[in-house]
Amino acid sequence: MDKKVIVKLEDFEKNYDEKIVIKDLNLEVYEGEFLTLLGSSGCGKTTILRCISGLELPTKGKIYLDNEDVTFTEPQKRNVNTIFQNYALFPFMSVKDNVTFGLKMKKVDEKEIEKRVSNMIKLVHLEGYENRKPKELSGGEQQRVSIIRGLINNPRVLLLDEPLSALDLKLRKKMQIELKHLQKKLGITFIYVTHDQDEALSMSDRIVVLNKGKIEQIGTPLEVYENPKSEYVANFLGEANIFKGKVIKNEDNKSIIETDNKEFITVVGNYPIDSKLSVVVRPENIKLSKTERKMNCIKGVIKDEIYDGSVTKLIIKTENETIKQLTIGNDRQFRENDEVFMYWTLDDCVIIGSAKDEKK
Amino acid sequence: MKNNKFLDNLIIILVFIFLFAPIVVLILFSFNTSKMNITFEGFTLEWYKKLFTNPTLLDALKNTLIVAFTSTIVSTIIGTISAYGIKKYDFKGKNIINALIYIPVVIPEIVLGISLLCIYTLAKLELGMLTLILSHICFSIPFVIISVRSVLDSLDDNLENAASDLGASPIKIFFKIILPSIMPGILSGAQLAFTLSLDDVVISYFAAGPGSNTLPLYIYSLIKTGITPDVNALISLILLVVFLILTISAFISVRKLRQEALS
Repeated sequence: MDKKVIVKLEDFEKNYDEKIVIKDLNLEVYEGEFLTLLGSSGCGKTTILRCISGLELPTKGKIYLDNEDVTFTEPQKRNVNTIFQNYALFPFMSVKDNVTFGLKMKKVDEKEIEKRVSNMIKLVHLEGYENRKPKELSGGEQQRVSIIRGLINNPRVLLLDEPLSALDLKLRKKMQIELKHLQKKLGITFIYVTHDQDEALSMSDRIVVLNKGKIEQIGTPLEVYENPKSEYVANFLGEANIFKGKVIKNEDNKSIIETDNKEFITVVGNYPIDSKLSVVVRPENIKLSKTERKMNCIKGVIKDEIYDGSVTKLIIKTENETIKQLTIGNDRQFRENDEVFMYWTLDDCVIIGSAKDEKK
Repeated sequence: MKNNKFLDNLIIILVFIFLFAPIVVLILFSFNTSKMNITFEGFTLEWYKKLFTNPTLLDALKNTLIVAFTSTIVSTIIGTISAYGIKKYDFKGKNIINALIYIPVVIPEIVLGISLLCIYTLAKLELGMLTLILSHICFSIPFVIISVRSVLDSLDDNLENAASDLGASPIKIFFKIILPSIMPGILSGAQLAFTLSLDDVVISYFAAGPGSNTLPLYIYSLIKTGITPDVNALISLILLVVFLILTISAFISVRKLRQEALS
């Protein structure tokens, strides 16, 4: 399928008072997709959003919207709308006045406004709330008002700046599903900013992982979780055990790595001897046994058990003082201070940071 | 416990007596047949009649109201625009200006009065209504700025961003979003400016000229000869008006609260 590029950032750079926040960023957003910018606070994700909306100007580079250069176009002339973290509803206006504000500014016909408002209100199930003031609504309701306030203008792209972070967990999960449905139903491109990796994984079509103003990896949630390209990505999305070491042997399309802690890890692929590799093993892929296994097996002692509802996390200390984490079901045979062997299969090893990517 | 409650009530009563006794006495004496504000001799409405035939007093009242209204309107407009400008834009010396705003508020009135007089003399402005109004505008502006600033600071920055994002031009943002949001600050600033102007003596003393006598100046000048009960009558009337305005505004806000609670 041919995907149409709707937003394009080219050699994008943004500085604040000499401090470089974003450098040499190139990004293409496809029409109709749900793209998430994921990163810790201060990585520049909100800045990118604000530059796309026009509330800030990039220091360098170009921004295209529908192949048109909008780098210096005023925000009110761009066909994009933003949903703000704290909703930013106009406090003295009713729900209806808030929602119709954009259309009124564009001098849309009164009848058309009425029609679109009632459609939007229905869309997010806020019938009967038209004349209320924002402070008379709950957080979730306010968020829905702010979303339709943007959507009613039929924007080419909807920019969402951590819109759910002020809600409690349960409501957040519910709103995540609602938002995803809304996006699919309307087919509008969403660019979503968040620091919450669960949110990113469960909602996005593609995730852009940002670190210090640079793109670490772009891919579908599955790709970034299962095949992280860097240690940062592996650590940021979920938990990761990372083994770093040098290749000491390779044969039969298998390489053995000796880690800095004298542990031996076997991976698939012929990597040159002495090349440095990092191997990521997700905690949920590590299994425990009382007896030693032939391959990818490390001995250790259970140091800590962290009960986490559906699963329990174990912290295991190996002989060489490194701490490893794994997740197991609650029904288990090992307890704190037990000596165990951790093992995992070849398929559970994800190699990052190799000079030559010979696998896949 | 009972004892404590008694003490509580006593303190409340004492506070109210302390606050309102002077006002009650003043109103009482406006109905006094004696010309001296010392003993109450008998009831009369004489002073209220006399009040409306005292041209000096009525003239001073007129001047006071003209000065108060004009200076309030002008200082509120200038103060609001300044507050918004200082908040929104970054410029060199912003911090200095922020600090300087407070100086007219804390400076002794007498200093401000003398310096204003110096300026008027230098500028060869004849003392009169104009200089009086200018002076009142001058000392009112900082109060308006401070009052508006405090509301502006509590305003979510994203409101402006959201409005701009939804297609509003900067002018529309100011009139449709900012102005309604900071209205409480503007109104309380205006109220402050109005009351300050209404009872100012010290600065007016320097800035007023012939033909621009204000009520506070007139009353102040009466101290030498003794304040007559017709002044009491006037003050009582002013109090009545203020009381009515306060009651109405309290009434409105209570009704508004009730409506909000019901919906």
